[in-house]
Amino acid sequence: MEHAVAATPAWAVLAYLAAGVLFILALRGLSSPESSQAGNRNGMIGMALAVGTTLALHPTGLLLIIGAIAIGGGIGWVIAQRIQMTAMPELVAGFHSLVGMAAVLVGCAAYLNPGAFGITDATGAILAVSRVEMGLGVAIGAITFSGSIIAFLKLSGRMSGSPILLPGRHIINLGVLAGIVVLTGVFAFDAAAGMGQGPLMWIILGLSFIIGVTLIIPIGGADMPVVISMLNSYSGWAAAAMGFTLQNTAMIITGALVGSSGAILSYIMCKAMNRSFISVIAGGFGADSGSGGGDKASGPAKSYKAGSADDAAFIMQNAETVIIVPGYGMAVSQAQHALREMGDLLRKEGVSVKYAIHPVAGRMPGHMNVLLAEANVPYDEVFELEDINSEFGQCDVAFVIGANDVTNPLAKTDKTSPIYGMPILDVEKAKTVLFIKRSMGGVGYAGVDNPVFYADNTMMLLADAKKMVENIVKALNGGGH
Amino acid sequence: MDFLSILSIFVLAVFVGYYVVWSVTPALHTPLMAVTNAISSVIIVGALIAAAAGAITDGGGLSQWLGLLGVVLASVNIFGGFAVTRRMLAMYKKKDKKPAASK
Repeated sequence: MEHAVAATPAWAVLAYLAAGVLFILALRGLSSPESSQAGNRNGMIGMALAVGTTLALHPTGLLLIIGAIAIGGGIGWVIAQRIQMTAMPELVAGFHSLVGMAAVLVGCAAYLNPGAFGITDATGAILAVSRVEMGLGVAIGAITFSGSIIAFLKLSGRMSGSPILLPGRHIINLGVLAGIVVLTGVFAFDAAAGMGQGPLMWIILGLSFIIGVTLIIPIGGADMPVVISMLNSYSGWAAAAMGFTLQNTAMIITGALVGSSGAILSYIMCKAMNRSFISVIAGGFGADSGSGGGDKASGPAKSYKAGSADDAAFIMQNAETVIIVPGYGMAVSQAQHALREMGDLLRKEGVSVKYAIHPVAGRMPGHMNVLLAEANVPYDEVFELEDINSEFGQCDVAFVIGANDVTNPLAKTDKTSPIYGMPILDVEKAKTVLFIKRSMGGVGYAGVDNPVFYADNTMMLLADAKKMVENIVKALNGGGH
Repeated sequence: MDFLSILSIFVLAVFVGYYVVWSVTPALHTPLMAVTNAISSVIIVGALIAAAAGAITDGGGLSQWLGLLGVVLASVNIFGGFAVTRRMLAMYKKKDKKPAASK
C-alpha cells in the first residue's frame, strides 16, 4: 500500500483557504436582507472552488464522480424548488441527516483506504491522532444522522411530537456516551484497528447511531427549535472532525462556523424559553400537562367572550394601530397569505399594521419571518420581541393568530408555571386582544392555560386560523366602508 | 500541516463564527440554518478523495463506493441547501415606495 501521498500543493492549500473565507462571507451577508443574496452567491462560489480544487488534485474516476454529483444535485435541486415554506423545519432536519451520513461514509472510507487520505505512518498503520479524529467524526456524524431522522419524523408529523420516555434513559444515554468515548480511546491505540481490522470502528458507529435516537425521542415538539439548532451544530462539528483527518482548511473553517452557528442558535432558543440547555436535552417537556400552572383545570369552566369575523373586522377597522402576533398555528393552517391580505385592507383604511415575532414562535429559528416574507409582507413591518414589546401598551388591537404560550402572562407572575420566566409578548396590555384559536379545549405545548383567554378585553375567535382570517377579509371588503 | 497549526486555524475559526453569527439578523435565522447546512456539505471533499482514490488504489473498491455514496448525499445537500436559501432570500422584500430604512 502506498503511504507517502504527496503533500498538498501550495495553490490548492490557498484555494481551500479562499473557499473557507467565502463561506465566512456567506454568513456575514445574512446580517441584513439586502446583502444576503450576495452572501449566498459567495457560498456557492466557495463550494465550487472546494469541489473543483479537489477534483483537480485527484483527477481519477471522474465519470462516476460527475454522475454521483449529477444524481445528488438533481434530487437536491428539485426538492428545493418544490418544498413548501411551512415544511422548512423538516427539510432542514432532513438535510442535517444527509450531512451526518456523508461524514460517516467519509470516515468509513478513510478507515478502509487510509493510504488515499495520507494518514498512515511508514508501516502503513493509521496514525493514532487520525484515528481519534476519525472516531470522533464518525460518532458525531452518526449521532447527527439518526438524531436528525427522528427530528425529521417528528417535525413532519410522521411520528408523534410528544416525548417518548424510556425508563432509565439518562443512565442509558450517559452509559452509551461514555462507551463511545472509551472505545474511541482504545481504537486510537489498538494495533489491529491501526491496520483497518477489528470490530472497534463498527461498534463505535453502531453505538452512535443508537444514542442519536435515544437522545432525541424524549424531546417534545415545543423544544424542536432547540433540537434542530443543536443538530445543526453537530453537523458542523462532524465536518470539522473530518477536516482534521484530511488536514483540509476549508472543512475546518466551515465546520467551526457551522458548529458555532448552531450552538448560538440553540442558546438563543433556550434563552427565549427560559430553559437551560441541559433541561431541554434531558427531555420530557410537555409530557405531563398536569404539572401546569396554579389554577389550571380547577373549578368550573371560566367564562370568555367569543366573537365573529364581522366583530373582529369592525374592531380593527376602527383601530389606529394593530399588532399581529403569529405563531405555529398560522404555519399549520397556512394562513400567512390571507393574513397579509387582511393587513393590506386595514392599511388602506388608515390602520397602522405591524407584526411581532417571538424568537421561539414556530418550529425553528426565524420560521415566522420566512412565512411572512413568502406572503410578501415587507420585512421592515416585522419586529422582534424586544423591539416591539413596549408598543403593546399603546396599541388598539393585538391580533394573536396560532400563538399561545408566547403570550401567556403567567410566565411573569406564576412561579409554579412551567413557563415561568420565559420572555413573552405583552399582548394583554393592548386595548383589545383578538385571539384566534381552534377551540377552547386545547392548551399550548407547555400544557398551561392562558389567562388572556378570559380577560375582559379579550375576544376569542374560535375557528381554523386561515378560515377566520379569510372571513375577516370578506367582512372588510363587504363591510360597506 | 502539523496538528497544532490545524488546531490554531480551528480555534480562530470558532471565534470568527461566533462573532459573524451574532451579527446575523434574527429574521434570517431560517436561511442561516439552510445555508450552514449547504456549506457543511464541504465534507464532499472527503467523499471525492475516497471516490477518486478508489478508482486507482488496489483494494479501494468498497471505499470508492462509500465515497461515491457520500458524494451523492452531499450533493443533494449542496444543491438543495443553496437553492432553497436562494428561494427564501428572494422573498424578503422591503416596503414599496418608502425611503430606505436606516438599519
